[in-house]
Amino acid sequence: MLRPRIIPCLLVHNGGLVKTVKFADPKYVGDPINAVRIFNEKEVDELMVLDIDATVKERKPDYGMIRNLAAECRMPLCYGGGVKTVEQFDRIVSLGVEKVSVSSAVVDDPELVGKAAELVGNQSVVVVMDVRRNGNGGYKVWTHNAGWKSERSATELSKEMEALGAGEVVINSIDNEGTMKGYDLEAVRQVREAVSVPMTVLGGAGSLEDMGRLIREFGIIGAAAGSLFVFKGKYRAVLISYPGREEKEKLYPQITPVPSPGATPEQ
Amino acid sequence: MIGIVNYGLGNVQAFANIYKRLNISALVVSKPDELGIAEKIILPGVGAFDWAMRRLEGSGLRSALEGAVGQGRPVLGVCVGMQMMAERSEEGVLPGLGWIAGEVKRFPDAGMPGCRNAGMQLPHMGWNDVAPCDGNGLFRGLTANARFYFLHSYYFLPQNQDSILAVTDYNGFYVSAVRAGNVFGVQFHPEKSHAWGIQLLKNFAEL
Repeated sequence: MLRPRIIPCLLVHNGGLVKTVKFADPKYVGDPINAVRIFNEKEVDELMVLDIDATVKERKPDYGMIRNLAAECRMPLCYGGGVKTVEQFDRIVSLGVEKVSVSSAVVDDPELVGKAAELVGNQSVVVVMDVRRNGNGGYKVWTHNAGWKSERSATELSKEMEALGAGEVVINSIDNEGTMKGYDLEAVRQVREAVSVPMTVLGGAGSLEDMGRLIREFGIIGAAAGSLFVFKGKYRAVLISYPGREEKEKLYPQITPVPSPGATPEQ
Repeated sequence: MIGIVNYGLGNVQAFANIYKRLNISALVVSKPDELGIAEKIILPGVGAFDWAMRRLEGSGLRSALEGAVGQGRPVLGVCVGMQMMAERSEEGVLPGLGWIAGEVKRFPDAGMPGCRNAGMQLPHMGWNDVAPCDGNGLFRGLTANARFYFLHSYYFLPQNQDSILAVTDYNGFYVSAVRAGNVFGVQFHPEKSHAWGIQLLKNFAEL
């Protein structure tokens, strides 16, 4: 059976890895390639790397860095940051990246998602939405590292993205980001009701139990986290961690492997 | 020597790194004459069917690859690299390579908004079990609890039952690995599937 995905999310700022709190106060946590090597050893389900400078500094994706990351990754990689054109999708997938995410660009140019999906296939097109709750209980999409509020609601934009061909929607809660107080499950509920593509949730996970709760409610879903996998203890000492195979499987006890018809008794 | 076909799609370097760690000689191949010395060949891939076919045509490697297949050298297609081995795909209009009889079809669109059921989400994305029909060869040591990373909305439907090498359950069983003679294909990404993927790539090298 398909399993939920437990995904470390790394933020790149000035060429190094950082962790932010509510999209501010970046704290340096290490070197990207080094982190990838550690996550390789820990058999991570999937890795997400977001370049948080590219869009705000109006810079193109750093292809050299992406190439190095992709070559080093022995797990699937999703890259995001500064992607605005179909040519950039083409180039990044050609570098060996499985999934490319877009965020602010889709607010200005939703058609980008359709064009990208047509070229590289919808499985590689991911839309990341940074969301914040508004007065009426719904969620609005923000861009530019939560610096700019768009007019789009999270549910309406995710429906449009799915219709255009996005293969995955990532919901990132701006107010929970970096706080380690748990996911914003209400935001997940609203978007999950709206679309049927795979979903990943980011922002707020402070423990594996937060991920367990998400999986118990939503079944097959991506549970992503930054702080949880890079900090340890109340002083937020930098230490990269990731649950082991058994620890991870406790988060989805309902999943049982399929016996193989080719299996022999001695195996 | 394993030749890893570089036609501008798929993570050639990830395959090369794994073989380097295994101490198995492998080369990223971008020119037809380099393919001549490869005893076994990997055709990687990520992306849409027509895009991949165009890239392969544009690389100038297609006829050298077809020559290698004709000579009986083992070839392993990965993801869209495997799908290209079919005769056609519902994802595109271009003909496939036709190395394995069958076609590539889209999973039934059962997706309903609000679905939490794994069987209904498309693309099929994440780690799933692979049940091999034969625990030798490509899947040696991979019959118990082996799992691999998948990322796709289309699957290979072979014409002949004999071509089925492994199956996977995603709202019902479908074919996740195929074989016709010296031509092999896997829908999942062994280069991104940790120890299980490394074992499969080692098995391919030792065929």
